[in-house]
Amino acid sequence: MEQAARIIPLYLLLLILASAARISGATTQDLAPGTTADHARFESLQGPFSSGPQVTEACLACHTEAAKQLQQTLHWTWEYNHPQTGQLLGKRHVINSFCGSVTSNEPRCTSCHTGYGWTDMNQPPPSTESSVDCLVCHDTTGEYWKIATGAGHPIYQPMELPKGSGKIVQPPDLAAIARQVGSSGRQNCGSCHFNGGGADGVKHGDLDSSLVDPPRSLDVHMSPQGANLSCADCHTTTAHSVAGSRYLIDARDTSGIDIPGHTDMSRASCESCHGMAPHSEAKLNDHVDKVACQSCHIPEFARGGIATKVWWDWSSAGQLDAQGKPMQLFDEHGHVKYLSTKGSFKHAENVVPEYRWFDGQVRYTLKEEKLDASRQPIQINKIQGSYNDPNARIWPFKIMRGKQPYDLVNKTLLVTHVFSPDDDTALWTNFNWEKALQAGTAAAGQPFSGQFDFVTTEMYWPLAHMVAPAENALECSACHARDGRLAGVGGFYLPSRDRNFWLDTLGWSAVFLVAAGSAAHAGARIFVFLRRRRKS
Amino acid sequence: MKGEMVFKRFERFWHWSQAALIFFLLTTGFEVHGSYTLFGFGRAAQLHTLAAYLLLGLWVLAIFWHFTTGEWRQYLPTTEKLGAVIHYYLVGTFTGASHPFRKTTLAKHNPLQRLAYLWFKLMISPLIWSSGLLYLFFNDWNSWLPWLPLEWVALVHTAAAFLMLIFIIAHVYMATMGKTVFSLIKPMITGYEEEEKERASAAVE
Repeated sequence: MEQAARIIPLYLLLLILASAARISGATTQDLAPGTTADHARFESLQGPFSSGPQVTEACLACHTEAAKQLQQTLHWTWEYNHPQTGQLLGKRHVINSFCGSVTSNEPRCTSCHTGYGWTDMNQPPPSTESSVDCLVCHDTTGEYWKIATGAGHPIYQPMELPKGSGKIVQPPDLAAIARQVGSSGRQNCGSCHFNGGGADGVKHGDLDSSLVDPPRSLDVHMSPQGANLSCADCHTTTAHSVAGSRYLIDARDTSGIDIPGHTDMSRASCESCHGMAPHSEAKLNDHVDKVACQSCHIPEFARGGIATKVWWDWSSAGQLDAQGKPMQLFDEHGHVKYLSTKGSFKHAENVVPEYRWFDGQVRYTLKEEKLDASRQPIQINKIQGSYNDPNARIWPFKIMRGKQPYDLVNKTLLVTHVFSPDDDTALWTNFNWEKALQAGTAAAGQPFSGQFDFVTTEMYWPLAHMVAPAENALECSACHARDGRLAGVGGFYLPSRDRNFWLDTLGWSAVFLVAAGSAAHAGARIFVFLRRRRKS
Repeated sequence: MKGEMVFKRFERFWHWSQAALIFFLLTTGFEVHGSYTLFGFGRAAQLHTLAAYLLLGLWVLAIFWHFTTGEWRQYLPTTEKLGAVIHYYLVGTFTGASHPFRKTTLAKHNPLQRLAYLWFKLMISPLIWSSGLLYLFFNDWNSWLPWLPLEWVALVHTAAAFLMLIFIIAHVYMATMGKTVFSLIKPMITGYEEEEKERASAAVE
């Protein structure tokens, strides 16, 4: 009895400890506030999972419509039928001024497809629902990563990476990750969008990993000291379709503050939150019909300490060193300036944008389009707009420049086969342009004469991120000056920049004549006065 | 005995505050025009607008004053003695002749002044005010008058500013052409015309 009396409290204590341990073991450590489902407690997510698609199947058992939804979106189809130009765009079809085309380079490029196993651009993405990758957008642990060359798959076995380095990398723990899924955060979006063009910050200039935890001065919206928004707060998402497009942009949102049920349900514009008259000073509000918010509020891009690529000359790719080995050269800031695989680069930080009239419509130079090599640079994508176009405003751009291959006979841009782990035609492993273009164009079904050269190109990247706090917005005089930022943007009278030469010449001449006449008259008066005084 | 009061307190307040505002408006205005950098464009434009509103207010007071006191008649043009005054400025001032015009409270301005100030009031000022207000409120009417671009408004405003600057240079210089350099400026400050006696003795000299 005495013994029992001693044991019972001990037993109770153990029970309490055990149950506490069970609770803490069963829940995720950081369940997002408001969450109604703790995925860690879902039996179907206990794993183990041997592949990504297996995880997706588990997700779809409850989220029955999710894959169908996603498969309708641009993130999945990589195909966009432009309603105004009729062009068939999307990553599946366009050529850009970075790595060129997805076609013939699939397993590398489709590592950023939101699915598993899209290995041929000539085919639509895999139709099975389990080929959708849920984790890449919904992982909250930061542990999920996809191998760059796996057509969207992560690795499933320990692997030596990079090859020959002796470093063994472990595959992600799919079950552990699946038990902690949540809303898409900036890491999820950033895993692809920060790394466009091959590395951190390379492509956009206003999107790089510095936005994961930016100081207020870098991005007033995403900084924890600022509004602390995530990407999806503005890129509102309905049925897995994310607002915001690079092919057809709402260059001038006139619907103002986004009110559910009344407006477009998209917050991918400044006006969606800030309204149509965001400044306290009326004169500043007078600007918003013709100047995009971004033009003054993104004073420079690539401000987070990560350089962006501004020049990519493919024509110099393929040179090898004395030993016949590929080279890698760096500039004085430590940025790569030459790679035998890719050619010559220029990188830049804190870059002043270039400004253009822009109505939101983007037209691409597709691989079928004849180009006029006598009129370089060739516009990889063309933007349009003017002062008189009510939909157009002055927007800031990163303009990517470089040299890209084109067919001397067919007069088209060419699809280049740059990546392949196992053939002898890919540029990055064989350094032979002829073969790389032959293989690329063959894969794309594009005619290739065999004669090629390089054209200089330009590609426009409208800027919308890295918005600085109001106090760091541009001064009026950044544009209102004889030689300011808008020196090259025409079609309208800009005070302080513009004047009429004849009016100014005539005006100042008249001022000078009257002043000189007065001075002469005064001189004569003084002369007469002095002479008279001397006489008297 | 002090002379007669020709420029009343309001008139002097109006004249000098208008002068100060116009100098300031010319300074900030030509900066907005891009002729130089002083305050910085944004601040210059802000100050220019503020000063313009003050001058506009002053003008409302002045117009009211002119009509209620009947002083507007001072600007009615006349050809009487006009030739004599012009002759004085071109010749007489060098030969030691005395000014053909004598100020009275009924006629404060010589015939040339009348013409100059009428030009100021009916040409320069309306031009500068109308173009200035159109400039300031461009966004509010632009959609109604799309054929009138900002450039024309700005050019008219600039042209009016040049007329204003020219007027001021001539006005300031001619203000020194009294009996002595300051004899015309002093009554604009004190309000009182010099006494007749002094004038008589000065003439004898």
